[in-house]
Amino acid sequence: MRAGDRLPPLEIPVTRTLIVAGAIASRDYQDVHHDPDLARQKGSPDIFMNILTTNGLVGRYITDHFGPRAQLRRVAIRLGAPNHPGDTMVLTGTVEEVDGDTATVRVVGANGLGEHVTGTVTVRVPA
Amino acid sequence: MNGEPEVHEEFEARLKAYEGRSAAATGVGRDPVNEPMIRHWCEAMGDTSPAYTGPDAIAPPTMLQAWTMAGLTSRPERTAAYDELLTLLDESGHHAVVATDCEQEYLRPLRPGDEITFDSVIESVSGRKATKLGAGYFVTTRTDVRANGEPAGTHRFRILKYAPAHRSSKPAERRPRPVVNRDNAGFWEGVARHALLIQRCTTCTTLRFPWLPGCGTCGSPDWDTVEASGEGRVYSYVVMHHPPFPAFEPPYAVGLIELAEGVRIVSNVVGVPYDKVRIGMPVRLEFRRYDDELVLPVFQGVTP
Repeated sequence: MRAGDRLPPLEIPVTRTLIVAGAIASRDYQDVHHDPDLARQKGSPDIFMNILTTNGLVGRYITDHFGPRAQLRRVAIRLGAPNHPGDTMVLTGTVEEVDGDTATVRVVGANGLGEHVTGTVTVRVPA
Repeated sequence: MNGEPEVHEEFEARLKAYEGRSAAATGVGRDPVNEPMIRHWCEAMGDTSPAYTGPDAIAPPTMLQAWTMAGLTSRPERTAAYDELLTLLDESGHHAVVATDCEQEYLRPLRPGDEITFDSVIESVSGRKATKLGAGYFVTTRTDVRANGEPAGTHRFRILKYAPAHRSSKPAERRPRPVVNRDNAGFWEGVARHALLIQRCTTCTTLRFPWLPGCGTCGSPDWDTVEASGEGRVYSYVVMHHPPFPAFEPPYAVGLIELAEGVRIVSNVVGVPYDKVRIGMPVRLEFRRYDDELVLPVFQGVTP
């Protein structure tokens, strides 16, 4: 674990099922995450992934890589282009800083429209 | 909304007055931290980490906010101040909402059985911002989450309350126009009278498509045309889902069509569902009018 290390990319097919399952698993019943007609009325071409799902996927990306002993300390994300059904999000990560057993990882999730999510994750990886 | 700047300023001052006020007071998680919700979360996320199963399971830390969500029920913990702020925004036309930022810090793992309580404060309300979705205001709240009364994490959340820029009220978008030039004008003249013309080299008789000034086989600049019979088959295809382009309604199939004459042309496969298009599917040429000046050759799929 060294600054500059790149994590292998993770491809997430953005299916309608993933969007709806993520919304329900996070108890988020905002209509734009499950009802295409109401999403369109609000100016979106289709339903889109909620931020809690994106957050969960970013967390999974980090712990998949660093293993089950890794402890997430902080996840800070910002959303950009929405994740619509039919798209694919590719998560990539770079270790920015290492302090003892704690790393800060810069994460970007890009889809067909651009950058869906950018953020940083602080993770402790006990030796 | 009134567009006068001083009106914006007065409205923004009213919104700013909510900064620092409580948004949720002594909220109680609808359920204690529990295995079924953890399992549903992990299934949705495709998260197979062993840390989240078994007798020593913890909840995925990124679930922090999920334990505070009301679901389909009302939110008794929400304060009158936060309701007022959202109502002010709703009534001024900013009724749509989208989350933009989330920042979580985890102080201790959550385990099945932990009782969740939380308090939330309105940290900031932005000035009016123009965004792709529409103009609106960013509202940032910070929530302190406790488990069995101990600090378990904090969670900063930013939403955009906006007035949707209605796309549907705009005039219908037109398809892009073809680029017609000296080299391909004859092709488009043919299309206009519903004939799909293929160039033929008059020196070596090789057919060529799309239209080019010279023969790719013998280099001769001399050519005439033959009219396609209209029969063909799908040589290859893609289905367009995203991104959607103006005047196109995804999903739709774009085929590389091999004409009976042997040359290939890219166009839409129409008349069959996009997911029924297959390599080898027979197709028949037809001309479709898309607006008052645009006619295009497309291919009707022939299902067995």
